[in-house]
Amino acid sequence: MNPEELHDIAVKRREQQAQFENRIVVCTGTACHASQSEQIIDRLNTEIKGRGLTKRCAISAGGCRGLCAAGPMVTVEPEHILYQGVKPDDAEPILASLNEAPVERLRCDTDAPFFARQKRVVLEYNGMLDPEEIEDYIAAGGFATFINTLTQMQPSNVIEVVRRSGLGGRGGAGYSTGLKWATVAKAAGQHKFIICNGDEGDPGAFMDRSVMEDYPYRVIEGILIAAYGIGADEGFIYVRAEYPLAVKRLRHALRQAEKYGLLGNDLCGTNFSLKLDVRLGAGAFVCGEETALMASIEGKRGTPRPRPPYPAESGLWGFPTLINNVETFANVVPILREGSEWFASIGTERSKGTKVFALSGQIKHTGLIEVPMGITLREIIFEIGGGIPGGKRFKAVQTGGPSGGCIPEQHLDIPVDYASLAQVGSIMGSGGMIVMDETSCMVDVAKYFMEFCMTESCGKCIPCRVGTAQMYRLLDKITRGEGTLDDLTLLEDLCDMVQHTSLCGLGQAAPNPVKSTLRYFRDEYLAHIVDKTCPAGVCTLHREAVSL
Amino acid sequence: MQAAMSVVTAPPSEDKRWRIIQTTMRRQGYSPHALIETLHSVQAAFGYLDEASLHYVAQSLHIPLSRVYGVATFYNLFTLKPQGAHSCVVCLGTACYIKGGQQILAALEQATGIHRGETTPDKQVSLVVARCLGTCGLAPAVIFDEEITGQVLPDEAARRVKEWLAYES
Repeated sequence: MNPEELHDIAVKRREQQAQFENRIVVCTGTACHASQSEQIIDRLNTEIKGRGLTKRCAISAGGCRGLCAAGPMVTVEPEHILYQGVKPDDAEPILASLNEAPVERLRCDTDAPFFARQKRVVLEYNGMLDPEEIEDYIAAGGFATFINTLTQMQPSNVIEVVRRSGLGGRGGAGYSTGLKWATVAKAAGQHKFIICNGDEGDPGAFMDRSVMEDYPYRVIEGILIAAYGIGADEGFIYVRAEYPLAVKRLRHALRQAEKYGLLGNDLCGTNFSLKLDVRLGAGAFVCGEETALMASIEGKRGTPRPRPPYPAESGLWGFPTLINNVETFANVVPILREGSEWFASIGTERSKGTKVFALSGQIKHTGLIEVPMGITLREIIFEIGGGIPGGKRFKAVQTGGPSGGCIPEQHLDIPVDYASLAQVGSIMGSGGMIVMDETSCMVDVAKYFMEFCMTESCGKCIPCRVGTAQMYRLLDKITRGEGTLDDLTLLEDLCDMVQHTSLCGLGQAAPNPVKSTLRYFRDEYLAHIVDKTCPAGVCTLHREAVSL
Repeated sequence: MQAAMSVVTAPPSEDKRWRIIQTTMRRQGYSPHALIETLHSVQAAFGYLDEASLHYVAQSLHIPLSRVYGVATFYNLFTLKPQGAHSCVVCLGTACYIKGGQQILAALEQATGIHRGETTPDKQVSLVVARCLGTCGLAPAVIFDEEITGQVLPDEAARRVKEWLAYES
């Protein structure tokens, strides 16, 4: 593949697309798929045949528009008319409206804050590409950045551009992507690996699923650029097996990229080669940790090991290895295309770019959003998210999954960036954002996350294996109304011990949900312990304990 | 070719499904790191990992049986027990949990008379709990026989599972 060939494919596909007056794109992401989007496509295809519109109107599968709760979403181009909650029977009125006024009862207002307040970089294609058509991606400019980078830039310049952009790891920690790449590039050895971490294990997080399902080619292009920068010749995309659609689409995308000479040996007439494959997880949360993930790719139990050595020096099978998250790789293409200054102009002083969040829980507009760093939590929840349904009161927002914390109302005006979230006792995390209202009991939520960490602990180090179990027992005791004030002290001691002595991030961060709820909702703990009541009415307390 | 053939272990039975598993292993050169992919392949073909299959995979990939067993029991998705004809996966991710996933699970446990992770004695229904399906927009979500269903109510879930049980008896 050379630049001219790529250009020809793009032109040919754009000409094909231009033959149609209208294009109807139906979201086929997991959530819309579950709400019959395939049947809608079938009905639309049958209807256009019946109406003799096959030459005028194209029907295609697309990606997520973000508003998952209102799915299935259907877009009519070129007018950008967005429909929500579409049923197969709506195929007829939608087609009938093509030359007339849109179907008002299905209309979704794209000027609403949910859409207008977002800033889309990772999700820039707005779900308009067919995830199984590489030509669609090429027609939209795909792979041009990779070919330009490969043929016109030195690897060291690629790393420099990424470093200057200020991109931080989107897996949650925010470590400078450019510095990480530079370390792997400097490591000695001819054979290096590159790994894309798609083991999105945090409950309540589905950003990476969506990116892999909708833009598999974009992820592959990002990996290609990174591999060129660091000098890797082999790589893996590690995906959790719970995401069958993402696995299917990535595998398909890899085959298509190989067919077009965008993966394989001596790419674009250079001596750069990359072999890329998908590896499946098997339901172990700890495999999101990089050393555990590598053990899993090697076909072993996914237990972490102490660092150093870091994967950059000794990773997969002992070779220097770069591991980045899906969203990090998805940011690489726009950075190389638009330049580091452009990327660095988005966001805050210390946190650059945008972040994709999965907004869920007790919130009106559940779905996938992308916002510039520095936006406040209040703007996300009450403007983009539309606030709390049913006239209920906001209580807390949980970020960072089992490694994060619960943020109360008083901190809703902090900017969303790595440092500010850490300051209030939570973390950016991979992007799960779960909103809770007055019907959620914070002690129960802490217990929920502790049960999660206890079950998912790999068992290798004692503080995590035993500590999380002890903390879970104490929380369970408190939610049953049998806790004492001494238990609370013990719980706090254990938080400290597990945090400081566990081997990997799972154990080190496991106390975070408990610590943050103790910090902001201590009164709820005390209500369970002293008054033997659950203010939210979630826990079933043993009333007889009151008389003791 | 002869030499390559001689190291390939014969599958435990004549069942044609073993060919899929052999293809998985061959594609990765019968290397030990193909273990997880191979176990996925066995489970996809047979529904669970029985003892004979673990022996076979261990011999084919030249890995000690203890390590194969270690891996098969470490990962939550692998099961050593046969599953029911129908499966019901209740999501207990955070969004589903705070929107009532627990109540759905309780209703299903009552309707089937089994606990999470178990299969009904007539081998009709397996009740499984998932960490997060990543379909938080549909919370609370349940997968009834591979079909993801959103905004499920406890009664509704119980009714669907009872239909499976009633239909077979």
